[in-house]
Amino acid sequence: MRRKIGAADVIITAVCIISAALCLLPMLNTFAISLSSSVQAASGRVTFFPRSFTLSAYEYLLGESQFYTAFLISVERVVLGTSINVLMMILAAFPLSHSKKNFRPRNGFMWFLVFTMMFGGGLIPTYMVVSSVGLIDKIWSLILPGAVPVWNCILLMNFFRSLPVELEEASFIDGAMPVQVLYKVYLPLSLPALSTVTLFSIVGHWNEFFSGMIYLNSQDKYPLATYINALVNQAKNIMNITDPQELQKTLERSDTTLNSAKIFVSLIPILIIYPFMQKYFVTGLVMGSVKE
Amino acid sequence: MYRKYEYQYYLMLVPVLAFLLVFHIAPLFGIVIAFERFLPAKGIIQSEWVGLKYFRNLVSLPESWRIFRNTVIIAIEKIILGIVVPVFFSILLNELRSVHIKRTVQTIIYIPHFLSWVVLAAPIMNIFAYNGMLNNLTVWLGGERTLFLSSNRYFRGILIFTNEWKEFGFGTIVYLAAITGINPNLYEAAEIDGASRLQKIIYVTLPCMRAIIVLMLTRSLGNVLNAGFDQVFNLYSPAVYETADIIDTYVYRVGLLDLNYSLSTAMSLIKSFIGMTMILTSNYLSLKLADYRVF
Repeated sequence: MRRKIGAADVIITAVCIISAALCLLPMLNTFAISLSSSVQAASGRVTFFPRSFTLSAYEYLLGESQFYTAFLISVERVVLGTSINVLMMILAAFPLSHSKKNFRPRNGFMWFLVFTMMFGGGLIPTYMVVSSVGLIDKIWSLILPGAVPVWNCILLMNFFRSLPVELEEASFIDGAMPVQVLYKVYLPLSLPALSTVTLFSIVGHWNEFFSGMIYLNSQDKYPLATYINALVNQAKNIMNITDPQELQKTLERSDTTLNSAKIFVSLIPILIIYPFMQKYFVTGLVMGSVKE
Repeated sequence: MYRKYEYQYYLMLVPVLAFLLVFHIAPLFGIVIAFERFLPAKGIIQSEWVGLKYFRNLVSLPESWRIFRNTVIIAIEKIILGIVVPVFFSILLNELRSVHIKRTVQTIIYIPHFLSWVVLAAPIMNIFAYNGMLNNLTVWLGGERTLFLSSNRYFRGILIFTNEWKEFGFGTIVYLAAITGINPNLYEAAEIDGASRLQKIIYVTLPCMRAIIVLMLTRSLGNVLNAGFDQVFNLYSPAVYETADIIDTYVYRVGLLDLNYSLSTAMSLIKSFIGMTMILTSNYLSLKLADYRVF
């Protein structure tokens, strides 16, 4: 039965498309500013299209070695951090996906994991531990404290639990050990869930700025997110300026176009991996969190 | 078979537990400094024991009540909108006729979830600045320019709105999944009974989503003290501390900027305790109300 397209359909479609466009607005705005001349950008007239189009911000960016350093540190962090995260998630999720009958202390371990997620020592005690194990000013301070992302472990565990138990029992009868069951049966079947948690981990590491800010002393060791946070903080006083001329001067001084170019470049890696992961994360997320 | 190989499960958990012990359990011993006048030079053992002094301080300071109130208000407003908007939007998406438009819209509205507040702070400051897009629009409509981001009147609203803007798309995933699971026979039956499109939404779609809505509501109870550090930290300024300062930003400022380690840790401890209670309550409620076990 096909119905005619009515007024309601037009309105619904319009609302959906406008909302989607709104989602892109800040990115478009940043991109447009990065391509405008600094005078135009500082005047606040740039919306979605560049005014007085110029590539000078990007040309200037090519020569900024600190930006590259930060970018490369972020890449290194994502590679190291995500590998450790995913390994830990698998190692935690697989044993805990078994019932109490098949892995007796399962509930005890589960409570332990959940406890660490609910109750923490807080900022200062954690800082003291990170510093006493000698991680201050090292890239590992951004990776090891969050090595076990408990929430994602639970997501993956719930996915493992949705696989039929018979799979494992049959493998045992064929003479496999749990390690082999995990490697040869569970992991190949869990690609959607694994991609989901991997994506979360990549994005989490790429975006996280706070540990860089507190654990790293020297600016030249900052990952990109922390580096950008420092830039934006310098420009933050524009929120309090009402005098148009002073505002324009401050904006010119703080190099809005260059900052926008940096921000836009920092978005690119996420926008690149996103389409590859998108087809997985919806199923992965739903299967891991919603059970029948 | 399971017994014979149980040791392998233990072995797998060893590295996981090691990391958790070092970075999550060891800091718990550091909580002692909340009960001491902690001086780094003296160390935890030598510092003077002061008992509940810092907790009494926190209770008597009007500032801490303000922070507590801000945190809860911001978090609850985010929770409510975080359910209403995605539910509404997932129904809209479901009503879209064209599969292509639906898929494109979905692809786009999930994106902001993956961007960080660090990066979004800059365009948001541009849009709300004195000469920014929103003010230009206000003037065009005949209004006056306002410093939105340093105004206690607007700041919280901006937090809530921009957060919803970032998360609403991602929030629809769960509800869309629930809608897809609805038995099509129900719609056919409603159609035969002469139900209009709106009536089908009200009498079929929404009731079928009730379980998942209740579940998401109880799950979010655990977040009433999480007002979103990253967002507030990247957007606030001293001018709006009155309405925007939350527990996490306070803990950071007192601890790492004022170097008052003990007071900061006392505040963290209070937050941890209340937070844990809320999460346990939420888990209990989801089990009772929605028959859902998290782990």
